[in-house]
Amino acid sequence: MSNMLDIKKITPKNITDKELFYGHKACAGCGGSLAVRLALKVLGERTYAALPAGCMSAVGFIYPQMAFKNNAIITPFPGVASMASGIEAGAKALGIEDYKTVAFAGDGGTADIGFQALSGMIDRDDNVLYICYDNEAYMNTGIQKSGLTPFGTKTTTTPAGKNLPGSITHKKNLFEIIAAHDIKYAATASIGYPQDFINKVNKAKHIKGATFIHVYASCPTGWGTPTHTSVEIAKEAVDCGLFYLAEYENGEFKLNKNPKEFASAAEYLKKQGRFKHMTEENINEVVAQRDMKWERMRRKWL
Amino acid sequence: MEQNIFISGDEAVAHGVRLSRPNVIAAYPITPQTITVERLSDMVECGDLKAEYMHVESEHSAICATMGASAVGARTFTASSSQGLLYMTEGLHYCSGGRYPVVMMNANRSVALPWSIYGDHRDSLSLLDCGWIQVYVEDAQEALDMTIQAFKIAEHKDVLTPMMVNLDGFILTHTYEMVSIPEQDKVDAFLPPFQTENKMCFENPKNMAFSSQPDDNTEFKYQQNEAMFNAVKVLKQTNKEFAQSFGRDYGDMVEEYRCDDADAILVTLGSVTGTVRVVVDKMRAEGKKVGLLKIRYMRPFPEKEIIATAKKVKAIGVIDKDISFGYEGTVFTNVNSALAKANSTVLKKNYIGGLGGRDITKNEIENMFNELLTGKLKKDGEHVEFFNLKVAIDE
Repeated sequence: MSNMLDIKKITPKNITDKELFYGHKACAGCGGSLAVRLALKVLGERTYAALPAGCMSAVGFIYPQMAFKNNAIITPFPGVASMASGIEAGAKALGIEDYKTVAFAGDGGTADIGFQALSGMIDRDDNVLYICYDNEAYMNTGIQKSGLTPFGTKTTTTPAGKNLPGSITHKKNLFEIIAAHDIKYAATASIGYPQDFINKVNKAKHIKGATFIHVYASCPTGWGTPTHTSVEIAKEAVDCGLFYLAEYENGEFKLNKNPKEFASAAEYLKKQGRFKHMTEENINEVVAQRDMKWERMRRKWL
Repeated sequence: MEQNIFISGDEAVAHGVRLSRPNVIAAYPITPQTITVERLSDMVECGDLKAEYMHVESEHSAICATMGASAVGARTFTASSSQGLLYMTEGLHYCSGGRYPVVMMNANRSVALPWSIYGDHRDSLSLLDCGWIQVYVEDAQEALDMTIQAFKIAEHKDVLTPMMVNLDGFILTHTYEMVSIPEQDKVDAFLPPFQTENKMCFENPKNMAFSSQPDDNTEFKYQQNEAMFNAVKVLKQTNKEFAQSFGRDYGDMVEEYRCDDADAILVTLGSVTGTVRVVVDKMRAEGKKVGLLKIRYMRPFPEKEIIATAKKVKAIGVIDKDISFGYEGTVFTNVNSALAKANSTVLKKNYIGGLGGRDITKNEIENMFNELLTGKLKKDGEHVEFFNLKVAIDE
């Protein structure tokens, strides 16, 4: 099977100096742009990148200043997976060889408006790597709630006030929904663990067929965090168990990191403007949800 | 030798697509387009057509997938109708703005509500402004021939604009006719493989479908509009070359039928043309000076041609199988706008009918001609009439 491929591990020592995504207008400390930049370093110049309307397309394609050195295209908001599939079909039909097609979309573009097309892409097993950079809200339009916004998040459409604690819904279980398609390879990652992320990208690069990576990517603007702590905060999300590193391959789930003890979720939350309003009760609910999820993952996946 | 076979309009389109050798087909089934995509699937399965056939999960994905394939330089085809076409709307604008020469067959069908699977023109006419070349055909042969021509027109370097071939749901899609199937080598000579600079490739990577600022946007839209005007020359040339290669000449933007000495003419779109043609012949035999102007292209719009025909006649009726609520039929609006620019004083009337698949009969057409021949409207000042209306209207 493809997962048994002997692929060389990418490390800070052997990763290429070559950059493919630069000169864009992302906010300082943008986690999404870091995810795109790192992924493209792994995927290389012979890459077609498709990006829907969203942060990365808004900051990367401002005529005449194009920020991708490789081939890249903006797609309609709901159509990143279908356009990537079309690119793949076109390239295949024309006999083009030795390349990769990648889709980069945010959490809203993936779990909400783009989900139907993504499901179709996986169903057809089109040879596309789909990377969802998850900053937990519609950031490009000004921090509105998406299907991946966690409980208790203050956004511009889930205000926190007397009557509501911010978002009252929990984060959609995207990774497992994707896995339920029986996709060849899916993984979660975090820009806080870049080496884990890039090696998952590298693994997906070498798999023929539909693959998916859900990468946690901080957003200082939307999260109310200092710009220099973006990598740190994305790491803390994993360490406190509110995000997790896992893979799905050959019908099996695997936890890549199973900490004996979690770092404090309360501390992680309190560092961020979007969670500042949370009461002890709210935080307890978040922790209870976390523990329930981990109990289930450990029971089923280990 | 061209082979004559007895097939439906949908099948004729499928043969046109096969002969055009597209690289990628992405389509979602919808009545009455389905036979086309079923036949194309068969052709791919048996190897008659070497193309990637994508089973997309929606029309939105169909248009996105064809754009993606077109963006790497592939020849692409999709097909839809009615609700499906409307579901594509975002992508239709996107496709023309990105200058991706996708070719689409649209089986003209009414739009819900109320639900109706039957034919009228409200689907495509409501999308006139999305930047696609729109051609309407009269029969299955023209559907096949225009499918082949559509690739050549859309992909021309001065055009690079997507094109929609419209044929009436059921009346054309599901009716069987003898259709002449061109020979592959002659089609290959007429339509070489798609070549474009407007694509992503590894020799010269591109960032496509970018955003623009207020400083640039108007210029992009100006160029898009110019491309549509360029299409006028290209479609005429394409028709000429097609006639030379295959012996069938459809005229240019419009086809005039017995208009030269006519007093009254009817303007038509699509399959009703055939019925009007028969009525014109009958009335001519009775000594009545009537004629027919078949509009083939709604975009680019045949403004000059309509003005030229109007100069010859005293009265013009426009049959619209659609209605822009609160105003009039869309074909009429467009025809009238052309006439106004020429300060034409010709008598004009808009006949609305054939909605949701209702037949337009020879009798009704004769009544229209007879009204137009009187030189005045039945009801003074009432330029728009729903004909064959089965509800009482206050006198």
